[in-house]
Amino acid sequence: MEVTQEPHVLDPVPWPVPYPAFAVDAAGGLARLNRAAWSLIGAEPGARLSEAVPAWLAEAHRSPAPAVPGGPVAHGLIGERFFEAHAIPDGGGGPAGPGGTVWWLFDVTENRRLGRELAAERERTAFLAEASGQLLASLNLERCMEVTVRLAARHLADAALVIAPRTGRAHPVAYCGPDGEVEHQELLVDTEEVPGLAEAMQGFPPVPSRWIDPAAAPDWIARRGLAEPGAMVVTALPGHGVPAGALVLLRRAGQEAFSDGEEMFARLFAARAGAAMSAARVYAEQASITETLMRELLPPRASELDGVELAARYRPSGDEERIGGDFYDLHPAAREDDAPDTGPESLVVLGDVCGKGLEAAVLTGKIRNTLRALLPLSGDHQRVLELLNGTLLSIESTRFVTLVLASVQRRGGQVRLRLTSAGHTLPLIVRAGGEVEAADTRGSLIGVLDEIDSVTAVVALEPGDTCLLYTDGITEAMGGPLGDEMFGEERLHAELGRCGGMPPEALVERVHMLASEWVGGGPHDDMAMVAITAPRRFHLSAVGGQGPGRFTA
Amino acid sequence: MTGALERSAPHGVPDPGLWDAVLAGDEYAATDAAVAALDDGMDAESLLLDVIAPLQARVGSEWAANRLTVAQEHTATAVNERVIGALARHPAVRRERERRGEVPRGRVAVACIDGEWHALPARIVAEVLRLRGWEVDYLGAQVPTPHLISHLHRTGPAVVALSSSIATRLPAAHAAVTACQATGTPVAVGGAAYGPGGRQASRLGADAWAADARTLADRLAEGPLPKPPPVHQAIDDLPHLGDQEYTHVTRSAQTLVRRVLDGLRSRFPAMAAYTDQQRRHTAEDVAHIVDFLGAALYLDDPDVFTGFLTWTAGILTARDVPAHSLLPALDMLAEQLVDYPRAAGQLSRAHDALRLTTPDAPGPGRTR
Repeated sequence: MEVTQEPHVLDPVPWPVPYPAFAVDAAGGLARLNRAAWSLIGAEPGARLSEAVPAWLAEAHRSPAPAVPGGPVAHGLIGERFFEAHAIPDGGGGPAGPGGTVWWLFDVTENRRLGRELAAERERTAFLAEASGQLLASLNLERCMEVTVRLAARHLADAALVIAPRTGRAHPVAYCGPDGEVEHQELLVDTEEVPGLAEAMQGFPPVPSRWIDPAAAPDWIARRGLAEPGAMVVTALPGHGVPAGALVLLRRAGQEAFSDGEEMFARLFAARAGAAMSAARVYAEQASITETLMRELLPPRASELDGVELAARYRPSGDEERIGGDFYDLHPAAREDDAPDTGPESLVVLGDVCGKGLEAAVLTGKIRNTLRALLPLSGDHQRVLELLNGTLLSIESTRFVTLVLASVQRRGGQVRLRLTSAGHTLPLIVRAGGEVEAADTRGSLIGVLDEIDSVTAVVALEPGDTCLLYTDGITEAMGGPLGDEMFGEERLHAELGRCGGMPPEALVERVHMLASEWVGGGPHDDMAMVAITAPRRFHLSAVGGQGPGRFTA
Repeated sequence: MTGALERSAPHGVPDPGLWDAVLAGDEYAATDAAVAALDDGMDAESLLLDVIAPLQARVGSEWAANRLTVAQEHTATAVNERVIGALARHPAVRRERERRGEVPRGRVAVACIDGEWHALPARIVAEVLRLRGWEVDYLGAQVPTPHLISHLHRTGPAVVALSSSIATRLPAAHAAVTACQATGTPVAVGGAAYGPGGRQASRLGADAWAADARTLADRLAEGPLPKPPPVHQAIDDLPHLGDQEYTHVTRSAQTLVRRVLDGLRSRFPAMAAYTDQQRRHTAEDVAHIVDFLGAALYLDDPDVFTGFLTWTAGILTARDVPAHSLLPALDMLAEQLVDYPRAAGQLSRAHDALRLTTPDAPGPGRTR
């Protein structure tokens, strides 16, 4: 079938197609070509292929094996357009004749442009996702600043600097140079020195990014690591209603300046970085406030009290909590002359406010303060408890507290204890030899009844003996191998029987460990313990007598 | 005593005098011995790693061999802890820290994960890193992960070092490692739980593993650890968790233990004569077996389970309890877990391993 066409142009196929196509004979001459090919390359049939087409196509003709079967053999520019070339070998019946090849050309200029844009867009999206992931991961301001400058220097510029609002006199600054190394500094700088920076630092309302002559930038921005900065842009870091700082991007001399698209992209990034830095700052402030408030509520550290060994353990019910309704406190003897006959008495208090969590902890704080104020009366436990009871009744709270008061007095090698339980678990005396006995004390719980009573027990600890005060979070721990059993007093007694003569911290650790392993991963109440131990005296005779010799023989 | 310390140090064999003092709970004698060694010029790091650490290891092995009571084990550990505390205050150690501290190295957080009670290895790591000039936050034993993470947010350390001693805590360790990494903080791990050569460490995606404090300090001195991988979940590291076997065994642990105990009771009438104490021990042993089976399923590593059982067999034998008493418990677990191929496989391997180490004989649970 003949098709109307320019007389000297012969189509390699018998119908008109919009794609340029031409046939090359076995000798490398242009046998036929269609109209589209003719208007593209402007050659006549009979021309040598190498003279008619660009070098990449002639080269492809010499070795026309496609990388992918059926795929393009080669691609390259013809004029200003970009083409893919496909080759079909001609068996002899086709337009190229035996040993010839028909070439098809496809204009993919637009595809390529769209592909490039898509890739760029994907890269930006991936970058923003990565940036969000890294920025959201940390609530630490310094780390957020580090992530910000590192990502910015890698993806947006050659170097980047983040400057945060002043803390005290200085501005925290993080800088990342072309080498990817991040530097943190506290700088005393004037943000007015850098055009646009002071406005960006105000954060709200946001200021547009500004072109700045990098030559005008002070040394702390345009650093030596960057040779000569060629372009610079300042972007505000928007925070949560408070300015989070500013991001400065720098490019080397000779690099392209920032395009509008890049500047807008930098703003998208800055929005994420600013939000993260702002969250980190708020978190740090909150954490510091909480820490300050909690410091008063945390139990004291224990090791020794007027020559008596002490150890304490505390575990609030929730893993997220540091404080709860169980508490203990240590009050060293005030003055020697308080009790001239018997020496100074220290006071140890362990208690359990009904309920748990922050609310219980706050009441705990009040009780601890009240008891501190009542210290001068601690010679009379009943009196202390009565006054505390009166105070609690006057506070608008339905909560009550159980507690143990232990007045501790060193008498030579012995320790004398006055123990009073107010509705609390009984203190256990663990003798060095392993006998366990409960102190003979009892009393009303505090904060419910108008009148309370109590019985104080007096106990003497010989060297190596320990008195253990504990809250019911230990004995009432639910769990065990079957998950449905209370740890219980009996088990506690039995275990303590194996703890005779242990140093107090080893003893409380053991009890704490047993109770915690008993509950396993299950819920538990607050747990608190204090062990008061009469120090063991170590003489050479002890080593020979009942000491270690028998273990290592 | 000092002379003996110095002589023994290079071989890592603790001085018998120090050992006696530690065992007797004689803090003062133990501290005196350690301080005297420092006074005589012994290097604090060697004292920690070549004297105290082996001493503590010996405490564990002596307990396993039934030559130490639990009380002695705890006492010895407490004394070691106090000795380390005393060393930290020794003038030579303070001088060394100040000298190294002139070139600040950055901050490190050292902690044991929640449920991990063996704090001494972590304490030694903390002291060695301090000696090497790091600013160390030692958070101690059994730190709940939320506390650890909030510490990281507040302080932003260069690295977290986490210590784990027992394989059953590895799932929790994995959660802690992942959570720390999610804050952008690289995690170095160490401790007996990670197995020979620390092979569990890479399975759990830790950024570094060190056999001991010295190796860790050397590694950190080489340069910062690589940034942790992007936020990921447990199942990304351990795709076999998708079969839910670990989840099933962990969730139904108490039921499994109860059924094994019921089975033992009906098959072995002798159990009726057990004392409460014996029954309790048997229940605890079975619960431990289930715990370790869970850990082995989590890691998909049968050696974790087999290793625990052969170790337990050794412990039982040292206490004159026939170790083949573990076999019926394994059989009954296998009966309950027939639908779980990985668990069944691990139980049967452990069974074979136990049979090889113990002569065949009937009898359930523990009779101590």
